Amino acid sequence: MLRSLQIEPEKCTGCLQCEMACSYQAEGVFNPSKSRIKIFTFHDEGRFVPYTCTQCTEAWCLHACPVEAIVINEATGAKEVIDDICVGCKVCTIACPFGTVNYNQETAVVQKCDLCGGDPECAKACPTQAITYVDSDHSGLERMRAHAAQNLPQDNA
Amino acid sequence: MAWTRNVLRVNLTNGSITTEPLNMQWANDYLGQRGLATKYLVEETDPTCDALSPDNKMIMTTGPLTGTMVSTAGRYSVVTKSPLTGCIACSNSGGYFGNEMKNAGWDMVILEGKSPKPVYLYIENDKAELLPADDLWGKSAWETDEQIHAKHQDPLVRIAVVGRAAEKGCLFSAIVNDLHRAAGRSGVGTVMASKNLKAVAIRGTRGVGNISDPTKFFKASEDGKKVLAENAVTGEGLPALGTQVLMNVINEVGALPTRNHREVQFEGASKISGEAMLEVRESDGKANLTTNGACFGCTIACQRISTVDKDHFSVKDKPQYHGNSGGLEFENAWSLGSDCGVDDLDAITAANFLCNEDAVDPISLGATIAAAMELFEEGAITVKDTGGMELKFGSAEALLWATEVTVRGEGFGKELGQGSKRLCEKYGRPELSMTVKGQEFPAYDPRGIQGIGLAYATSNRGACHLRGYTVASEILGIPEKTDPLATDGKAGLVKAFQDATAVVDSAGICAFTTFAWTLEDIAPQIDAACEGDWSAERCLVVGERIWTMERDYNLAAGITGKDDTLPKRLLKDAAKTGPAEGRANDLHKMLPEYYEVRGWTLDGVPTDETRSRLGL
Repeated sequence: MLRSLQIEPEKCTGCLQCEMACSYQAEGVFNPSKSRIKIFTFHDEGRFVPYTCTQCTEAWCLHACPVEAIVINEATGAKEVIDDICVGCKVCTIACPFGTVNYNQETAVVQKCDLCGGDPECAKACPTQAITYVDSDHSGLERMRAHAAQNLPQDNA
Repeated sequence: MAWTRNVLRVNLTNGSITTEPLNMQWANDYLGQRGLATKYLVEETDPTCDALSPDNKMIMTTGPLTGTMVSTAGRYSVVTKSPLTGCIACSNSGGYFGNEMKNAGWDMVILEGKSPKPVYLYIENDKAELLPADDLWGKSAWETDEQIHAKHQDPLVRIAVVGRAAEKGCLFSAIVNDLHRAAGRSGVGTVMASKNLKAVAIRGTRGVGNISDPTKFFKASEDGKKVLAENAVTGEGLPALGTQVLMNVINEVGALPTRNHREVQFEGASKISGEAMLEVRESDGKANLTTNGACFGCTIACQRISTVDKDHFSVKDKPQYHGNSGGLEFENAWSLGSDCGVDDLDAITAANFLCNEDAVDPISLGATIAAAMELFEEGAITVKDTGGMELKFGSAEALLWATEVTVRGEGFGKELGQGSKRLCEKYGRPELSMTVKGQEFPAYDPRGIQGIGLAYATSNRGACHLRGYTVASEILGIPEKTDPLATDGKAGLVKAFQDATAVVDSAGICAFTTFAWTLEDIAPQIDAACEGDWSAERCLVVGERIWTMERDYNLAAGITGKDDTLPKRLLKDAAKTGPAEGRANDLHKMLPEYYEVRGWTLDGVPTDETRSRLGL
């Protein structure tokens, strides 16, 4: 069963535990600037929104790569960057419509979410379940359930 | 390890910027942040110096846990000599700035001297430079934040800044970071402005590492988070209602200072409570509270993010206040609300926005306005002084006016900006100032909560709830319940809270964790991150050492045991209502015992034996 990261912005508090967990897994230090998942603060609106790669089926980044450095992990469905092959041309960063592939000036290759090989650290670190790792076919399950609950007869509640 | 072991030293007088290794012997003795930076200040400055002269230094400092995955570990402090109190000042803030400083590679930034012209300090990892700030001088904290972001074309720069109040000499000016988090108390912002330093802007991309034992660290930090999540205060009360969970509670126990401490219960408390912030306004169909939020790394998330009704008189036709911003904490709701007798939630929220916009401590501001209102009602201040404004208790219009002129340093606001003590002295009624060592009280009346009176009287930075929050024990039963009206045993309780808090403030974590955590929860996290053995016992000794060092600084600055007292109103005038009716604060019963448990003389001076036991 494939799983996907499910993001529910209304639950996010902006604590950045996910960014620390992501960067520690990838870089061995707590470094939000190197996190593959980013939290955006919308100050006037009073909202926090996590954003990361959604692992497109027809991935623009993968098709754009001239050296085939981005490959599909068949087990997780993640589009993964092979650091040794990447030449740092950044074409994938232009191709991605969502901006979730980014260049890392220290490693001189691009970086993106690889779902941590099927056990994403961001989801484990999130204290409010704003980020969860769920069945890809049913990412709407909890929302469906919440709406279904609204239709329960009151006297049976 | 966990420390970056690097210190950045900036001499504003001659513009030199140098780096040096962190003194690890001191780090072993004082841990980090509050303790360690105070040690640096003690070693490098004269405690008798004028706080606003170039001789005073100002240290921005992180703790060893700052920037790690330990819950709430994003804190930084500003340590300096206070212009408000003449005591040691250490103000602690959350938001994202502290982590950015640590990620840039610095345990500490020491700022000394005074720049000949307005500047701001820009730090990008190991690159640091002083840049001209002539175009930022005279701007609010919010405008300055926006302009620096625009100038560097980098939304990820984190900025700590002073507003117009500090430039105009308001003695309780704060340093605001991330728009609405503040190193709030004791006038640390006034010191920063006195150095012609408008802002510190940081971008850090180096990462925080050097975890001594990663396996132990992740286990300990996960255990800690679990304790916070399962605790009723940190897991439920604070995320739902913020610190405002306390408004109704403290009013009910008869310890909510009202109208400059004339009373101890406020008839309008429920209207300005955390619960009231959730109620939908009739006017615009929205609640005051939009959502809760977290500082960096915090799994509690007590921040209030709020709006004011766009048609409310306080913000009408002022679109800059129509969006969301930092909402009311209990302290601010009390100082701007109950202490001024104001029960208009939107007005208090708007006044709080103004405090954030120009970086002013809302506790001292509200308490000073409350003193001014009493002076006005007593006829000591008149409309001639205020330029026509009737400064009456309960007037939301007067509150907003007084707030605006103070945060902008205009007219009568310059007098209010001197704080309650100087204001009441000037108008001939010093007894009306509700202060200790020149700093205004926070939101707990020591007649209804006896132990906090001793904590206020002996606090090293003047009246303050965050130097020894015995309210946790006396009201909330944390870690165990004591009778708020009793004085027995409070000396030991105050000492225990003061010493433990000094450790928390030196580690890089938030004091609010201690609603759930004891040193038994905190020490394993420090121990796993830092080299050496950091047991709870060692932490307590470090805490006591820090407290005593701060005391010695104050003694050297000329503040003595005589200053360990409370205003007469709290010692003589009994509470008129509530559970504490008929009681004043019995400081005289607690203070001698406090000196004894601290190992100090009857005059409040640490004995040689105590100093040597603590390695001072």
